[in-house]
Amino acid sequence: HGDVSAKFCSRRSADALRPLPPRLQSPDVFATDNRISIWSSGDLGNAGLNGEYHGEPRLLCDIQHNGDVMDMQFLDQERIVVASSTGTVTIFRHHQNNQTLSANHRWEKAHYHVDQDTSCGGAACTGVVCSNPEIVTVGEDGRINLFRADQKDAVRTIDNADSSTLHAVTFLRTTEILTVNSIGQLKIWDLRHQRNEPSQIFSLAGDRVPLHCVDRHPNQQHIVATGGQDGMLSIWDIRQGTMPVSLLNAHEAESKGPSNLALNISRNRTFTTSQGNLF
Amino acid sequence: EADSDGAPSILVPGAVPRRQLCFAWGPAEVLVCETLFGRAGTGEGAPSTSRVFVVRRDQDIYIQTLRKLFNESHGIFMGLQRSEEELAGKSRKAQLVQVSKNYRSVIRACMEDMHQAAISTRDPALQGQYSTQVSILSAMELIWNLCEILFVEAAAAGPLLLRLLDWVRLHVCDVDSMVREVLSSENPSKHKLFWNVVDIFVLQGRMDEARHLLSKEASANPTSMNMYKILDDLMKKMPVPSLGNTQTLTELELKWQHWHEECQRYLQDGTFASNPHMESICKILLGDEDAILEKKELMTTWYHFLVTRLLYSHPTVKPMELRFYAQSSMDLFLGGESSPEPLDMILMAAFEFEMHQVIKECSIVLSNWWFVAHLTDLLDHCKLLQSHNLYFGSNMREFLLLEYASGLFSHHSLWQLGVDYFDHCPQYGRVYLELHIERIPLSTEQKALKVLRICEQRQMHEQVRSICKIMAMKALRNNRLGSALSWSIRAKDAAFATLISDRFLKDYCERGCFSDLDLIDNLGPSMLLSDRLTFLGKYREFHRLYGEKRFPEAARLLLTLMTAHIAPCSFWMTLLTDALPLLEQKEVIFSAEQTYELMRCLEDLTAGNPDKQKFQDDDVETTKVEMLRLALARNLARVIVKEGTVEGS
Repeated sequence: HGDVSAKFCSRRSADALRPLPPRLQSPDVFATDNRISIWSSGDLGNAGLNGEYHGEPRLLCDIQHNGDVMDMQFLDQERIVVASSTGTVTIFRHHQNNQTLSANHRWEKAHYHVDQDTSCGGAACTGVVCSNPEIVTVGEDGRINLFRADQKDAVRTIDNADSSTLHAVTFLRTTEILTVNSIGQLKIWDLRHQRNEPSQIFSLAGDRVPLHCVDRHPNQQHIVATGGQDGMLSIWDIRQGTMPVSLLNAHEAESKGPSNLALNISRNRTFTTSQGNLF
Repeated sequence: EADSDGAPSILVPGAVPRRQLCFAWGPAEVLVCETLFGRAGTGEGAPSTSRVFVVRRDQDIYIQTLRKLFNESHGIFMGLQRSEEELAGKSRKAQLVQVSKNYRSVIRACMEDMHQAAISTRDPALQGQYSTQVSILSAMELIWNLCEILFVEAAAAGPLLLRLLDWVRLHVCDVDSMVREVLSSENPSKHKLFWNVVDIFVLQGRMDEARHLLSKEASANPTSMNMYKILDDLMKKMPVPSLGNTQTLTELELKWQHWHEECQRYLQDGTFASNPHMESICKILLGDEDAILEKKELMTTWYHFLVTRLLYSHPTVKPMELRFYAQSSMDLFLGGESSPEPLDMILMAAFEFEMHQVIKECSIVLSNWWFVAHLTDLLDHCKLLQSHNLYFGSNMREFLLLEYASGLFSHHSLWQLGVDYFDHCPQYGRVYLELHIERIPLSTEQKALKVLRICEQRQMHEQVRSICKIMAMKALRNNRLGSALSWSIRAKDAAFATLISDRFLKDYCERGCFSDLDLIDNLGPSMLLSDRLTFLGKYREFHRLYGEKRFPEAARLLLTLMTAHIAPCSFWMTLLTDALPLLEQKEVIFSAEQTYELMRCLEDLTAGNPDKQKFQDDDVETTKVEMLRLALARNLARVIVKEGTVEGS
């Protein structure tokens, strides 16, 4: 590090510290840091001797995003659905020929508290899951929305699906979804029925620890895993009973619990991440 | 703008100039708004547009490219705090020097990014902004590097000069583009900048490169071959301090004296008289101040002049002697034509080993606390700052870190870095953290959870309760009763749980059914948090039992709710009304004991009621009471008979 020479130092560097006039223009460009970025993970053919991967991710393109990105998922090869903390759900299209991103479609205030039209009425959209062309989103308003890409309005909305905050959603089957909420409940919803009630509710006994994420086993449809705020990874068998089959202490409850827990089950391995720890 | 007192005044754009403004201080900004009053002496004011302006001094935290600086330096800071204190002497010093180098490389990386941003943007205002930032960062690195040499590494006489030479070569002027231009030309020695490049190499002590270029001149100009050989030889033999311990200072001084005299002889003999360029180089080698000063334009700064002077007149300069040479160098260089700028004053203070002065001047000139906070912390770890107690009790390091971290808290995501800085301020860090963390805007639950985790890790129970209350209140206002209850349970806030339970019960009374059954049915042990909450859970349980037609259990529960005073008095009427269908069942459900209890409850309710008048006037209520009395009497009758009957064999 100490050997890098600063070749671009201009001759004016010595004049640098004039007292600058106070700047008061509102920095519009810097208003939000949140951007959606596409990275190339490089040529995977360049694996090292032990199969480790050597490349560095390279930024291809990015675009501004309004509000925090709460969740996102690819809809198809080109389109990404992004859930925002403002309650808006946006589809971005990645144009591979010129490496740009553009906003393709937007559902404003898909999630809101009380009144959709008030300026601060938005509620964070906390989770999104796609099964082309269907998109399901859940939010802090306890609402479940079912969208179809390119359809202006929601196909179906379940208001007050949950009395607490819904943290994550995933597809169980093509017509059924799973949601987890902040009072430790796992619910199954059958979208064929017009009833606004879950078909099944599962919960952990004892303290109702908020559940933050959910995923199902790719091969065995009845096995579902959830991650809780205390670091507990629970495996459920939804055919039997309402209690989890096993509990694993994936992350130290004392240290940072899985707030940004992402759950991914593939084959026989379950990956969960929490503030930098991979389990 | 500065007014007569010298204090800067600020124009708030958009504010009507004839109005008086009022203001209020915030943690990192001032809120300003227009009042109804006109300016003094201009008569009445009038209603104006209702706008509030936020005036901030530090815009830097919002600059995207500086985020890397804040994030990476945070990592280095934390590493330093945790580093081995047991290492002593040389290894500790080496460690601290490495930390300093890490900080500098972060500054340079940031400069690179900022430079890229400046080149690639098309907006001239932005370009200006980025370029300004680049020059500020480069000045910061310049100062830091000097502080590293003088304070952290505390280079001794000998190595000191070498370090200063490196410093000048790295920072001061842009030699490389000139060099490239000359070398890439067809006939370098005929290039108009040729001698400039040779001169600057000599001024910076880059002898090999100077000699290399000179050889081109020699081969192009055979007549000066003799001169060239001598000069080349002199340059080759010049004694310089070495980094290792191969020679002592005294040996070096002797050699140097010897060499100096040899140069002097050649000059006086007129060896270089026919070539003014070479003669001037020889004079420079002899440390002739006038000759060096002639190359002012090449050196560009007085500190370059200083180092060149030292190289050619006092290569074994001691650290404490620097101040004299620095002052005279600055005076000679500026020559009364221009006055020193803030950067010059800072560097001068460094050469004078006035650390506090350096920090003070930097604090004044720079727009945020990043630089002084981290530099002071490093110097503190080098045990160089005496505990210089400020009047409110904390020392300078802590003061600066507190200011810096406080600034971070006004940013929507950099506040997380601020937490760690507060952790390492032993005296006031905790208090500052407590005050700041409560004021972070909690726009999403995820953010609230992050904040909570930080509070819980540090046993900041008050703040946990406060934040949970805020979230619960928000949820309540948004009609998210389940969330509100969840938050109040987390806060172990019985009062709030009671409030929410009352809301649920009110909803039930108005609508005749429960909302959010998924919550109430699954309260679990948290039901015991508040009496009202317990009642809510149990009452729902009663309804469930009734729905499942488990009447005896339902009856028992209902009675317990009243007799054990779990139910609030206001609800007793509703409970008794709920008992009606049970009393009217074909099968007798309530036992005699239970019926007596129910009757007592009813009497307690009607007798002890202060609104007796109202009660009697209200027809519906009176009817209800009468119906209840009737039903209870009938039930009593039936149950007495039933209990009195002997079961048939």
